[in-house]
This record gives sequence, structure tokens and C-alpha cells, in this order.
Amino acid sequence: MGDGPPSLWEWIGRNWDTGRAGSIKDLLIDHLTMSLVPILFALIVALPLGLACVRWRWLYQPASGLMNIVYALPSLPVFMLLISVTGLSQTTVIIPLAFYGVAVLLPAVVGGLDSVPDHVRQSAVAMGFSPLRRLLAVELPIAVPVVLAGLRVVAVSSISLVSVGALIGQGGLGGLFTRAYQNPFMPPVIVGIVLIVLLALIADGLLVLAQRVLTPWVRVRKGVAS
Amino acid sequence: MNWLTSFFVWMGEFFGNGANWSGPGGIPMRLLEHLEFSALALLLAVLLAVPLGLAIGHTGRGEVLIVVSANLARALPTLGLLVMFVLLLGTASIWPVIIPLVLLSVPPILVNTFEGIKGVDPELRDAAYGMGLRGGQVLGRVLVPVALPLILLGCRLSAIQVVATTTVAAYTGLGGLGRYVIDGFATKDYASVVGGSVLIVLFALVVQLLFALAQRVTVSPGVSQRVNVR
Repeated sequence: MGDGPPSLWEWIGRNWDTGRAGSIKDLLIDHLTMSLVPILFALIVALPLGLACVRWRWLYQPASGLMNIVYALPSLPVFMLLISVTGLSQTTVIIPLAFYGVAVLLPAVVGGLDSVPDHVRQSAVAMGFSPLRRLLAVELPIAVPVVLAGLRVVAVSSISLVSVGALIGQGGLGGLFTRAYQNPFMPPVIVGIVLIVLLALIADGLLVLAQRVLTPWVRVRKGVAS
Repeated sequence: MNWLTSFFVWMGEFFGNGANWSGPGGIPMRLLEHLEFSALALLLAVLLAVPLGLAIGHTGRGEVLIVVSANLARALPTLGLLVMFVLLLGTASIWPVIIPLVLLSVPPILVNTFEGIKGVDPELRDAAYGMGLRGGQVLGRVLVPVALPLILLGCRLSAIQVVATTTVAAYTGLGGLGRYVIDGFATKDYASVVGGSVLIVLFALVVQLLFALAQRVTVSPGVSQRVNVR
């Protein structure tokens, strides 16, 4: 093609689905996998850990201290150190992101459970709720807004952090950035940034929607009194 | 335990190599560069974000800016932003790399400064006005000291971000400890990759520790509840 570099839209059209590895569509799917798995892992680990920290208070201080340290670790060197264990695979990117997720979500779970008013808990006890049923039917639903607020942070930052994995060849859409840098060309960078921000916004929107569905009483109460 | 043995072999290779300890590519120089770039970006971010956060929190004007910057900053991919600025502005100076570093570290400070000022007990604020302090004095003598833990938290979160992004920025040619990791990875010199990574992790932890200490020293004992105020 001797007629200069392609325009942005031309480039997208030509690279969306090439059938070979590294098409935008492939990268998008990789990106989704590598960000969704850590989000789910964070939720699955942080919920019971948070419950344990509320049940046994002495556990919270060391757990949150450890999680603060985990959160402070820069992603790239952690990916690099993990390569010798898990190789140049998606797992190498997923594991650190999952732990960052737990670090963000743990305080949210504890804070959410702490936000359950004491009289509500006591009412549930008085009504003869078993501890398990009290947890599932009373405490967790009340904790939902705070937990979901934390999950939104986890989702958005996981989606954007995956792209750093491109530096070890596993970055989903981040691969567009390394490609654009090696062969200086702007369209891939724009497409990568826009798609990642869009994914983050969609994930954020879905979680906001989830909160509306899971906690209908919040909206009702807002209309009546604060 | 194969990977553990190779880890220690690489560590020994990297830190035991005398050539790694001197010259422009040596550990002391790289460490200094990393510190320099991180500190520069963080300083510029503080200079931008703290006054802006104080102003918005104190006047209540421009809150939209806070919400947008908080959400956008988390969603923007650092690597993409770095590559974009370098492609746009070239690599003649370090600024094409420093600008995105600053941009990404502004929001945590901005948001926390704002939240800190906004969260001050209104009665406390009224009391300060009642004692005859003027707007600026209320801000400086009452609101800022009370909001300081959150402002420092913002700075700490930004520092985490900056140290990590400075590492990534080595990909676009910036010096610092990230060079060992990026160059080592490109040339399959895993001693460099592992040694550099360990150095960066230690660097990040030390920065965290310093911020925790700074918080202890600068926050008023009454605010941090280290003395019981009842």
C-alpha cells in the first residue's frame, strides 16, 4: 500500500478480525478474561476474609496491614518475578491483579458489615434468625452498597492495569500500545485507550445497575429522608 | 523448587556483579534516577492537586471535576498514556514521560484533599468562624490540620502510583530502576530482570514506610486520636 498510512477507521477495519492472533477482537477477549478473573477472585476471597475479620477482630489489623503492603507493590516487577513460576502466561498477569483486588475489597467488606446498625442486628436475633440466616438475609444485603463501591474500584483498575501485562507479552489490549511504540503509529494507541476506558465504564455501569437491583430500598429511602 | 533456586542464582548474579554497582547504569545511579523522576512527578502533582482540592473543598465549587478525574484516572491505562505522549512529543526531553506521570498522580491527591476538607465537622468550621478567623485562616489553621490524614493518604496513594508508573515508563526510554527490568527482559538477561524487580519492590516498600512515618510526625496528635480527646 504505497498511499501513506491508513486513517484511524481504516486501521480499525483492517485489524478488527484478521483471523490471526493479535487482532483487536482477540486482544479484547484476552483483556476481558484477564480482568474478569481477578475481579471474581477478589470477591470470592475478600468476602469470607472480611467476614472472618469482623468475627475475629484481632485478624483485621494484620490482614489489612498485609494487604496495604500488597497494594503498594508495583505491578511490572511483580509480573516479572512471577514469570519464573508461572511462565509467560495470562496467569502471571491474573495473580497479582487478583491480590490487588483483594487488597481494595477487604476494607470495603469489613466497612460494609460494620455499617449494619446494631439495632438491626439485634432485631434479627430477637426474631429468631439463625446466625447464618442473619448473615445472608440481613447483614450482607445491608453491606451491599459499600462492598459494591469497592468492587467498582477493583473492576475499573483491573481493566486498566491489565494493559501493563503487554510488557511481558500478555496485556490484552495493552498489546496495541507496545505494537504502536515499536512501529511508531498513533491509531492503535487511540483504539487501545478508548476501548479500555469504554470497558471500564461498562463494568462500572453494570455494577451500579447491580446495586440498584440488589438494594431497591436505598432509592426508596432517599426519597423519604436521608 | 526449581524456580526458587534460579531466583537466588539470578539474585547473586545481579547483586554480586561489581559492574552493576558503578557507572551511569549502576544500581546507585538508577536508584537515584528512579527517586528523582518519582519525586519530581509527585511534587508537581502535589503542587497542582493540593491547592485545587483545598479550593474546591472550601468553596464547594467545581465538584464535578473531582468525580470525573477520580473515575477517569483509574480507567486510563498508564502504558497507553505514556506511549501516546511519547509518540506525540518525541523523546528529546524527559517531559513527554513526566507529563503523564503527573497527570496520573494528580487525582488521588485531589480527591482525598477534597474529601478531607469536605468531611470536616461543620460545627468545627462554624466555631472557627465564630472565634473571628477569616476564610483563609479557617482553611489554614483548622481545615487543613484536620484534613491532613486524608491529604497524606492521597499523597501516599499517588506515590504508589508514581513509583509503579516510573517503572513502566522505562519502556518509553525513561531511566531509573525500570531499565533493568525492561532491558533485561528484552535481552533475556533474567539476572537483571529479577534483581531490578526486587530493587523496585524494596524501593516501593521503603517509600510506603516513609509515608507512614510522615503521617505519624505531621498529623496533630488530637486529630490522629493518639491522645484521647473526649
